[in-house]
Amino acid sequence: MRLVDTFSLAWGTLAQQPRRTALIGLAMSIGVGAVVVLTALGEGARGYVLEQFAGLGTNLIIVIPGRAETTGAAPGVLSGQSTRDLTLDDANAVARIPWVNDVAPLNVGSAQVTRGSLGREAVLLGSTAPLLTIRHMHLGIGHFLPPGPSDQALPVCVLGDKIRRELFGNANPLGGWVRIGDRRFRVIGTLAAQGQQMGFNTDEVVVIPVAAAQQLLNTPSLFRILIEARGRAAVQRVKEDTLALLKTRHEGEADVTVITQDAVLATFDRILTALTLAVGGIAAISLGVAGVLIMNVMLVSVAQRRAEIGLLKALGASGGNVRALFLVEAGLIASLGAAGGVVLGFAASFTLGRVYPQLPIVPPLWAVTAAVATAILAGLLFAWLPARRAAKLDAALSLTRR
Amino acid sequence: MIQLDQVSRTFEVGEQQVLALREVNLSIAAGEYIAIMGPSGSGKSTLLNLLGLLDRPSSGRYSLDGRDVTGLNEAESARVRREKIGFVFQFFHLVPRLDAAANIALPLVLAGIAPAERKQRVAQLLADVGLSERADHLPSQLSGGQLQRVAIARAMSMHPALLLADEPTGNLDRATGREVMGVLEGLNQRGATLIVITHDQEIGARARRRIVMEDGRVISDNAA
Repeated sequence: MRLVDTFSLAWGTLAQQPRRTALIGLAMSIGVGAVVVLTALGEGARGYVLEQFAGLGTNLIIVIPGRAETTGAAPGVLSGQSTRDLTLDDANAVARIPWVNDVAPLNVGSAQVTRGSLGREAVLLGSTAPLLTIRHMHLGIGHFLPPGPSDQALPVCVLGDKIRRELFGNANPLGGWVRIGDRRFRVIGTLAAQGQQMGFNTDEVVVIPVAAAQQLLNTPSLFRILIEARGRAAVQRVKEDTLALLKTRHEGEADVTVITQDAVLATFDRILTALTLAVGGIAAISLGVAGVLIMNVMLVSVAQRRAEIGLLKALGASGGNVRALFLVEAGLIASLGAAGGVVLGFAASFTLGRVYPQLPIVPPLWAVTAAVATAILAGLLFAWLPARRAAKLDAALSLTRR
Repeated sequence: MIQLDQVSRTFEVGEQQVLALREVNLSIAAGEYIAIMGPSGSGKSTLLNLLGLLDRPSSGRYSLDGRDVTGLNEAESARVRREKIGFVFQFFHLVPRLDAAANIALPLVLAGIAPAERKQRVAQLLADVGLSERADHLPSQLSGGQLQRVAIARAMSMHPALLLADEPTGNLDRATGREVMGVLEGLNQRGATLIVITHDQEIGARARRRIVMEDGRVISDNAA
C-alpha cells in the first residue's frame, strides 16, 4: 500500500467526523500551546534578567570587603564580615593593574537631602568620575563628578532625576545648593531618568565624591570597588590579579570577595533555564493527557469500525496495513493539534508581549520543536494499542457480526 | 485449483466446543461454478471463510493453486487474498464515505497500484457492471442492485481467479438478484471460479455443481 494512499484513507476517516477530530485536535493544541507560552514566558524572564545584567556591564568585577566562608564567589554573599577595611588606597592600587579599564570606589548610605524647606531621603552614592561609565548611567544636564584624585572631598553633587524634580521642580538646578546631612553641596549635574536597574533606582540617588561621602557617613571603609576590565576575556585575569594584589596589601590575608558580573550572569542563566525547562515539562504533561484522549477515542473507533476493518482485510489488507492506517490517523490528529497549538502559543505569546512590553517574550525554537515532536510522539504512542487491536481483529468475525 | 483434505474447524463457545466443519474433503477445478447450499449453521459460511483465507482450519490441509496455504502467516494470506480472491457479501460492505469508484479502487489501493492505472482499471470495471454513470455516487445514493454490482466490480478489480459470494442476492428482490447473478455468471464464463452460498433453490439450480451441507459435513455433491 502506498504511503499517499494510507494518508488519504486515514484523512478521509478524520474528515468524516469533523467534530471528533477537532475536539481531540483541540486537546493537543492546548497542550502544545501551553508548552509554547510557558517556555516563552520563562525565556522572556531569562532574557529580561540577562538584559538587566548586561545593562550593568558584563566586564564588571566587584570587590566586596570580607571573605565568604565557602570557596568560590557565591552571588548570594554580597556582604561579609571583614577584619580589614577596603580603602581608597586599595582602589587606587587596583586601578594600576594591567587590563583594568576603569575603577570606581563606592560608598552607599542614605541621607536627608534638603533645599530650603523641601527635603527628602535619598540614596547617597559616594564615588568617582568613572562610575558613570562603569554603571552605564546616563547624564541629563551639566557634568558628572570631575576627574581627579579620589581623596578630595569636593562639595559637589549630581542629582537623580526624581530628586531633582522634587527639590527643584522646573527650575534650573545647575549651580544650586543643596544640604546633605550637615554639609552643603553645589549641584553640577543631573542624571537622565533611567528607572529601575537591578533593583536600584538611579532616579532616586544623589552622587557625591567618595571622600565627601566617607566624611558624611563617618567611615574610612569602602562599600565596594567596581572594576571594569578591558574586554570580556580579561575579566578572569583581572579578577585574579585583584585578589593577589589585595592579599599583599592586606598583610597576606585574602579578606575580600571578588565577584564577576559574568559569574552572576551565568548562575542566573542556569537557574532561569532550569526554571523554563521545569515549567515546560509541567505543561508537557498535558500532552500526555491528550495522548490518553487519543487512545480512548481510537479504541472506540476500532470497535465502531469492525466491519470496515474486516472488509479491508478481506480485500487484501494485511494487519500491518490496518495498523498503519490507524497510526497515521492518530498521527494526523496529533499533527493538526500540534500545528494549532503552535499558532495558539504564538498568538498568546504575542498578546503577553503586548501586555508586558518590558519582557522579551519569544517562544524558543527548541521548545516549539520539542512540543510538536512530543505531541506527535504521544499521539502515535497512545494509538499503538488501538492500532494493534485493529490489526488483530478477526476478519471473518468482524464481517459477519452486525 | 482448490483441494481440501480432512478440513475441520472448531469454535469454542464458552466452555463448549462447536464443530463447524467436520473433516471436509473437497476438490474444485479452475473455472467451476458451484453453489453451496444448506440450512443456517450448517458450516457454509465457515467453509467460505476458510476458502477465502479469512479463517484457518483447526486441522486438515488446504491447498490453493497447488500451494499449501494452511500455514501461511497473516501477511502472506493477506497477499493471497489480494491477488487471488474476490469477495462479494450479502450486506455489500461498501465504505459509506467513499464513492462507487473509490470503493472499487480499494483493493487496487491496498495492492499499491499507481493512481493512473487505478483510474483506468476502475473506469473499465464500472463499465463492465454498467455503472459508468454512477462513478461518483456515494453508496447511500445507490439502489441495492447497484450496490451489489459495485461490490462485484470491487471483487474483480484485481482479476482474482476465485470469486466467493456469500448470499449475494440475500438482500435483493428476485429480479435484481437474477441480474446480479447474471453479472457473476458472466465473470465465471470469462474464466473465474465462482463459489456462491445461497438459500435460494432457483439460484442454486443455475450452478453446474451443487454442494449441500448439513451439520458441518458435505452431504451431497452432484459432481462427486
